[in-house]
Amino acid sequence: MSGRVLVGVKRVIDYAVKIRVKPDNSCVVTDGVKHSMNPFCEIAVEEAVKMKEKKLIKEVVVVSCGPQQAMETIRTALAMGADRGIHVEVTGKDYENLGPLQVSKIMAALAKKEDVLFVILGKQAIDDDCNQTGQMTAALLDWPQGTFASELSMEGDKIKVVREIDGGLETVKINTPAVITADLRLNTPRYATLPNIMKAKKKKIANVKPADLGVDITSRLEVLRVDEPPQREAGVKVETVDDLVARLKEAGRI
Amino acid sequence: MATVGPLARMARLGSSICRNHRLYFNRSTQRRGIASCVDPSHGLTDEQKEFQKMAFDFAANEMAPHMSEWDQKEIFPVETMRKAAQLGFGGIYVQPEVGGSGLSRLDTSIIFEALSTGCVSTTAYISIHNMCAWMIDTFGNNEQRERFCPDLCLMDKFASYCLTEPGSGSDAASLLTTAQLKGDHYIVNGSKAFISGGGDTDVYIVMCRTGGKGPKGISCLVVEKGTPGLSFGKKEKKVGWNSQPTRAVIFEDCAVPVINRLGEEGQGFNMAMRGLNGGRINIASCSLGAAHASVQLARDHLLVRKQFGETLSNSQYLQFKLAEMATKLVASRLMVREAATALQENRSDAVSLCSMAKLFATDECFNICNDALQMHGGYGYLKDYAVQQFVRDIRVHQILEGTNEVMRMIISRNLLAES
Repeated sequence: MSGRVLVGVKRVIDYAVKIRVKPDNSCVVTDGVKHSMNPFCEIAVEEAVKMKEKKLIKEVVVVSCGPQQAMETIRTALAMGADRGIHVEVTGKDYENLGPLQVSKIMAALAKKEDVLFVILGKQAIDDDCNQTGQMTAALLDWPQGTFASELSMEGDKIKVVREIDGGLETVKINTPAVITADLRLNTPRYATLPNIMKAKKKKIANVKPADLGVDITSRLEVLRVDEPPQREAGVKVETVDDLVARLKEAGRI
Repeated sequence: MATVGPLARMARLGSSICRNHRLYFNRSTQRRGIASCVDPSHGLTDEQKEFQKMAFDFAANEMAPHMSEWDQKEIFPVETMRKAAQLGFGGIYVQPEVGGSGLSRLDTSIIFEALSTGCVSTTAYISIHNMCAWMIDTFGNNEQRERFCPDLCLMDKFASYCLTEPGSGSDAASLLTTAQLKGDHYIVNGSKAFISGGGDTDVYIVMCRTGGKGPKGISCLVVEKGTPGLSFGKKEKKVGWNSQPTRAVIFEDCAVPVINRLGEEGQGFNMAMRGLNGGRINIASCSLGAAHASVQLARDHLLVRKQFGETLSNSQYLQFKLAEMATKLVASRLMVREAATALQENRSDAVSLCSMAKLFATDECFNICNDALQMHGGYGYLKDYAVQQFVRDIRVHQILEGTNEVMRMIISRNLLAES
């Protein structure tokens, strides 16, 4: 195998922005809103770059799906130390409807094409919170998966993954090639340095279309409506427990 | 391995809780909303936007949480500055072959503006350090550049710039510190005042008199800490800029090797003036950052504070005031960036433009921060709120690197010379 790692990164609305819904309830406002790399994707890039620095892998290839602006996210990853980028161009309505299933088909195609040792992604994106792309990619490739990774190490040609699960921490050893998804505590992403940002300019970003990879990106889902979470309403004080029970019954809660 | 059960469960529950953990505490100070008219990334190249984003992140994570403590406890944040140097901030416009980042004046202005939103005082010191590193890089010979610049760019060593004396501030050319040539050393006598970093830094760029009166008799020496005859006054107590120590630097028969002289004798004043052009852009950039942060703080406050049954943001007076603040901020920014470009390109108007930009930006940005404080009402006066520190920290920008009165002198001389 090549010692090459594929890292998927997603451009999302910046975590600190106050999200607004469009007046027609069709989607969230994205025009003119600050975007940045999904925080879990940053962690994935950092892990790949760290492993390259430790000489455990040879090349870090970063991929992002989206319109022209996705290049910014790829460049940020290049500035963190990735070697080259792949921009899968998806625009307009196709991009609005792009979901985990389509992205995982693209990732699977690229993983095979690039002959990678493993694919690493953030565990979920902070805009849709799907937590599906990593798992679906592994299923499509029929590769083992190590999701919610809080620690990664190479043991020969296997990968040891410590996973954060409800009950605590689970350690698994999986064969390569594999798919890993990064959880919060895997590492703390580095700042890009000024010299690295400048070097990133010279790194190559290849441009491909989903059709070039033989992937059909039509969505099987249709978003009907997007609403803000209900505004928190004032509560009501009641005098007695009987009152409380009556009110709850009235509200259909019990 | 220890179980992390409940924490892990929280981490998996929803993205709103597990946003990048290092950024938790900054939500309140750095609410980046819909890209607005004061967004400092307008008109920048993609690469500049990357520098800026990185500098903003560094400021938000590494500086802003500590800015108040550094101010109140007068801490010189050496470790944080070294972290900044690792990212390339120690010698931003110093050549790469001696460890610098080799960026332009405009790139530098953008970076200092962003860093300043995290702590003006620390960023201002970093800019002074940068100016010193640049002076050695530009005016030193290869031996001097290799001896000093790499350490300065990494901030393994810190630098201070010594021009002002108790008796010569605006009238810098009348400085009295003497340097008498004796064999292969200069014997330096005199004292410098208000030196940023003085006493805690390692390398001192000193303007002193080797020849006759006036600017032509001034030379530039690099003096290292620990040289016998070099001592420092008491640490000054200041209204702001408290994360950098300020002391007098005293020379008593201090012997400095001739190989530490930058350039030829008599070139010192010229070097000082050239250094100050860039220094003025840097200081103005620091003011821009403070004003930007203050406008954000004021805006957030207006949206939250209610009086007379509605948020302050419904008051037309305050809306108009905020608009004026934003307009002056953008105007200042444009001047500073244009001056940076002019300096980079060595344009004939560079010196006057740097003076105009420094004059305009430092004055307007101080007013912006002051207005922002006013909008906070009583809360603006409390040290729990950052806006008062921005006001205090940038007040001195109207005084140093050439007072705004001296800026007027430079500009009027340029105008009246064409008669």
